[in-house]
Amino acid sequence: MAFGAFSSATPVAAEPAVRRRSPIALFLLLPGALYLSLFFLVPFVSLILTSFQAPREFGDIGQYDYAFKWENYVAVIQTYLPHILRSFGYAAIATVLALLFSYPLAYFIGVKLRRYPLWQALALTLVIAPFFISFLLRTLAWKQILSDEGPVVSALQALTVLPEGAHITGTPVAVIFGLTYNFIPFMTLPIYTSLERLDLRYVEAGGDLYASPATTFLRVTVPLSLPGIISGTLLTFIPASGDYINASRDFLGSTDTAMIGNVIEANFLQLQNYPAAAALSIVLMAVILVFVSVYVKRSGTEELL
Amino acid sequence: MSVQGGTAIAETAKATPPPGPRRPFRLGVGRWGLGVYAVMAFAFLLIPIVYTIVFSFNDVRRTNIVWRGFTLDNWLNVCDQQEVCQAFGNSILVAVVATVLATTLGTAMAIALVRYRFRFRSATTLLLFLPMATPEVVLGAGLAAQFLAAGIAKGILTIILAHTMFCISFVVVTVRARVASLDPALEEAGRDLYASPAQVFWRITFPLLLPGIIAAALLSFALSFDDFIITTFNSGAAVTFPKYVYTAAARGIPAQANVIASAVFLIAIIGVVIAQVAAGIRRKQLARNG
Amino acid sequence: MASSFAESGADLELVGITKRFPGFTAIDHLDLTIPAGSFFALLGPSGCGKTTTLRLIAGLEDPTAGRILIGGKDVTNTKSYRRPVNTVFQSYALFPHMTIIENVAFGLKRRGIQNPMGLAHEALRLVELDHLAQRRPSQLSGGQQQRVALARAVVNRPALLLLDEPLGALDLKLRRQMQIELKQIQGDVGLTFLHVTHDQEEAMTMADTIAVMNKGEIEQMGAPEELYELPRTAFVANFLGQSNLFTGPVITSKGDTLVVDIAGRKLEVPRDRAQRHAGEVTIGVRPEKLALLTDEPKQEAGVNLVGPGRVVDVSFSGVSTQYQVQVPGLGLMTVFSQNMVFGPVVNVGAEVWLTWGVEHGFGLADDPATAPRFEPDEDTSQIATQRRERLETEFEEA
Repeated sequence: MAFGAFSSATPVAAEPAVRRRSPIALFLLLPGALYLSLFFLVPFVSLILTSFQAPREFGDIGQYDYAFKWENYVAVIQTYLPHILRSFGYAAIATVLALLFSYPLAYFIGVKLRRYPLWQALALTLVIAPFFISFLLRTLAWKQILSDEGPVVSALQALTVLPEGAHITGTPVAVIFGLTYNFIPFMTLPIYTSLERLDLRYVEAGGDLYASPATTFLRVTVPLSLPGIISGTLLTFIPASGDYINASRDFLGSTDTAMIGNVIEANFLQLQNYPAAAALSIVLMAVILVFVSVYVKRSGTEELL
Repeated sequence: MSVQGGTAIAETAKATPPPGPRRPFRLGVGRWGLGVYAVMAFAFLLIPIVYTIVFSFNDVRRTNIVWRGFTLDNWLNVCDQQEVCQAFGNSILVAVVATVLATTLGTAMAIALVRYRFRFRSATTLLLFLPMATPEVVLGAGLAAQFLAAGIAKGILTIILAHTMFCISFVVVTVRARVASLDPALEEAGRDLYASPAQVFWRITFPLLLPGIIAAALLSFALSFDDFIITTFNSGAAVTFPKYVYTAAARGIPAQANVIASAVFLIAIIGVVIAQVAAGIRRKQLARNG
Repeated sequence: MASSFAESGADLELVGITKRFPGFTAIDHLDLTIPAGSFFALLGPSGCGKTTTLRLIAGLEDPTAGRILIGGKDVTNTKSYRRPVNTVFQSYALFPHMTIIENVAFGLKRRGIQNPMGLAHEALRLVELDHLAQRRPSQLSGGQQQRVALARAVVNRPALLLLDEPLGALDLKLRRQMQIELKQIQGDVGLTFLHVTHDQEEAMTMADTIAVMNKGEIEQMGAPEELYELPRTAFVANFLGQSNLFTGPVITSKGDTLVVDIAGRKLEVPRDRAQRHAGEVTIGVRPEKLALLTDEPKQEAGVNLVGPGRVVDVSFSGVSTQYQVQVPGLGLMTVFSQNMVFGPVVNVGAEVWLTWGVEHGFGLADDPATAPRFEPDEDTSQIATQRRERLETEFEEA
């Protein structure tokens, strides 16, 4: 359910009751499983090992030896605690904003447009249209639009909402705005999938049993669309916390808004401080896995895909 | 069921909710509010797209930030800036190869997951799920560390290997939904009509799966083409289109980049619209004949 | 005790209700009054407008014209969640994300009633499901879900309880059982029940009053016995049970019987059981009122005699045996004969005479010149299918 939101909206039929036991299964699975193990699991392990490395004695920058320098983690968390907190903070706010923005939109497409499948398809296309323009270019577009010379700042200053000389770009507001915008489709599609399958007779029953439209929405519609909400939240929060484009200096952020991703990139590609970059990555992964495991406990592994 | 039970219910509050005041107009903000919101939401989503397309027609001097005038120059001389076209070419190459690999591996796994029983099912599902749940920074850094340790030089090859890796999971998810919705009775009918297992697969299963496989391939292509973060960590000197845009962002992106992005966008949108219209026509045809 | 019961159910009045959908009119100027405390059935084939009528009363649809009054109060413009009406849905619509007890308590909580859980338990005890109170709907059988849906509606003591073909998904034995239970609950609690169904047996078993609906209009309304023994139109005659119908001109209409010429025979119908007294009329008689005789009897007063005919089909159905007799000039006649002896009374090919008491015949209000002549053994499912097909083509053209 979680990531199946990206497949077509046609409901999945019940699994065929009979699953055969056959050597063919192995033949089908092995190539892919081996590939993933080689290029995902092994690098992951490699990353963990790297995070414990120590600088080579008398070596150049970028040369490390295997060790068990767990102090790397301590150093990294101490140095970059603000960035870590900032990342999850921004991601959380962006997720909430995306949810508030996307739910009514998904409701409109999934419930109100049910009788017009052609319009539904068109609306969905519009929702995922941003995907077809490069991620970087659309973030850059917002940078220009939100820049000091752009229309938004001028309008806000005219309305005296913004004081003279204030910026939007380079502030947390811009970064969160960018994050929210870029992940709206990730939030909308799973919620849409859930709402599209909502049996409206439950809503009728709620009204029949004296619940006002608002109460019916809160007590019937929302709980029944919860799987979609959870999927959308995961699909938004996880990538958002690791994002570094929006927060980058060249885009919507500044040095004050650097997130974990920026730091990891800087450490890895510029400072060549591989252990630090690896340790940070592991920390990021660990926090995310905590969230995901809570979700898995609720629904089991079958629901993940 | 008892009379006492009925009596107990009879003692329930006799107050029934009074009917509401007589309302002459049933239509209010409530009916149309959501529609208006949706239109505004779509407009909001499209703002950067429109901006990018519009600025692809900008008469650029040095930086493509201020609108100077309308010109078709950029579109006509797309490859004036050599690097843009080269980066675009690299992106296409990587995307095509990665898509082919990921679709093949992923489709096989999807079929196995749905149709067969095997041990370590949970482990396999987890293995497929983790790449989707891992932030791209971690994936990129991990692979880069791995290539470093193994002494493999970073370039187009490493990019392809990386893209294939994260595309497999998405392919599996997409195809799996399609496989699960396949009626097993169709394949049983094939076997009943003397088709060998290979024939059943190629003549019955595969054609029915094709729409799902194509959807998965398109998704994989889109993900690979637009990928930036993983590519940055694993590309070394090679440049793909997103990487070019990022490095050029500091000094000013040439309008040709806008042109390419707009062209890709228009092709994609037109493709989707054609697919929807074709599906709609086919549905109407079936309804009329069926 | 009695006084509180009388206050519970309320009158329902539909005044000039019209409902138009794009392309066709579902209901045209319907007037209906259902007295408080009665068990009322709205009976008709698929597409006759009965479900639309129910949804209008529940507030799930708005009428194009007309008024709806519950207990004298005009509720036409009231939204469904403010109307004192509860529905037992055909699909039950039990909230899947709540337990049974939470489902039943839902309406009570919305209205702020004291002790909602206690009352919900009482309701579940009424339908003998309190021991499953903590289960989810998906963990119950179809019959159990139906009882929970009923409890969820009844616990609110609405002025009017609407039942939308609630027994359709149950097997025969369970359906029979639930029919009796529903009737009993209605009597105990004293609510007004409006039951919408296409099953004429169900309607006749449970209802005090039946309204037969066809093409958005009520063809006839009355007690089950009245509708069955004295149908007024060919539709009612054929929808409720089976009928043998004949058309012919009235010869004489003096005295207290009408004499009608049917293919040369003179058949009599009591004047007060005939809707039309002149011109071409359609008269009929129920199959179970016919007696099957193997020897030609003497013509008696007060008895209609037709024959000789040939037995074309013999069909055993447990309680009775159905004979189809081809009578020249009258067509195929159906006879139901209660199985008082083992085996059929006559076999296929036998020559028989049919008699019935004149007092059992009825005359229809239809003008045969305009109405299509029905085959004597057209059954309700055929009519329902035809109507649905007609509606489907209408929809497609719309």
